[in-house]
Amino acid sequence: MKIYDSGKIGLGLIFFIALVTFPFWVSIGGNKQMPELKMPDSAHECVESKEFMRTNHMRLLNQWRDSVVRENNYIYVSSTGKSYVKSLTKTCLNCHSSKEEFCERCHTYASVRPYCWSCHLESE
Amino acid sequence: MNNRRNFLKKLSAISVLGASSFSLLNKFSDNTSLAAVTSSSSEKNKVRWGMVVDMRKCKDDCELCIDACHQVHNVPDFENPKDQIKWIKKAPYPNLFPSKNHQYPSENVKSKPFLTFCNHCEHPPCVRVCPTKATFKKPDGIVEMDFHRCIGCRFCMAACPYGERSFNWRDSRSAIPNIDRSYPTRQRGVVEKCNFCSERLAKNQKPACVEVCPEKVLTFGNLNDPNSEIREILKSNQASVRKPELGAKPSVFYIL
Repeated sequence: MKIYDSGKIGLGLIFFIALVTFPFWVSIGGNKQMPELKMPDSAHECVESKEFMRTNHMRLLNQWRDSVVRENNYIYVSSTGKSYVKSLTKTCLNCHSSKEEFCERCHTYASVRPYCWSCHLESE
Repeated sequence: MNNRRNFLKKLSAISVLGASSFSLLNKFSDNTSLAAVTSSSSEKNKVRWGMVVDMRKCKDDCELCIDACHQVHNVPDFENPKDQIKWIKKAPYPNLFPSKNHQYPSENVKSKPFLTFCNHCEHPPCVRVCPTKATFKKPDGIVEMDFHRCIGCRFCMAACPYGERSFNWRDSRSAIPNIDRSYPTRQRGVVEKCNFCSERLAKNQKPACVEVCPEKVLTFGNLNDPNSEIREILKSNQASVRKPELGAKPSVFYIL
């Protein structure tokens, strides 16, 4: 069997594969470092464990939001039995005082854009 | 055997069955009727927040309550009337009480600006039309907004018979004179209105407008407590609500 224009087709195929795999080979040897977050100096424990917060902080914040807005329930009792006020700006940012150096470093790296700050305000 | 006796037996059995299924159907349709759906009310709850506005005491040129409310809730101040956002405002008598108004209104209502804000209705039409449950009724009787869920369809604005809802046509932050950083602002494209200061009630504070009024025009309290101050006032005065014929049952009462 003879393939007509096999040279052109092969060249085209190579070009196509190179184009599709562009994001993979362009990042070889690139900067793969995780963003470094600024941890608070004053506090040493979060409302829940570090691992829990890393994977579930967005769910926790959504739960807090719904229970504050809809059920008038402002107090969160953690798994260790401590009580906290359910508030992003008053509780979370009280320790993690800079959203630029904590929230946004990770969010930019992971390319997620939560819209918290289009309404909520950082205290000065 | 098809004789007369058997025929009558079958006929009576069928009619008994038919009659019983009829009453059963009635029972089901009762449960799903409109009245049953909307009567999940705060009337039976411990707390139903309400307000009495004593217009006899309100000074025409005083706007302290409006300023206080708009300050604590970061309500923007736009020039263009189409963009304006108001949680509490003053409006003429015929606008508030169109069915009470007539040719010869008394002097005390004729040219007086009336205070008006969300009525926190017992049967809020805005809540019934909201497609995302962004506006909802809390067990304490407050009709609340969840700005996270609002998609800006403005059905609630069309449904509200009192015109107490405003829409954010523009970015509000640039138009807030003194921003209060402890309370959020609103995004472009959401509806907002008075929330009876839920965030202050949670801290055992009275609503900002009530607290600031020097004339004690506004009385805030629990309508479900027969011994509360608000109920005492309603007992000893003839009060009106806006558009009672609609059956929304406002929680805001006016003494004219």
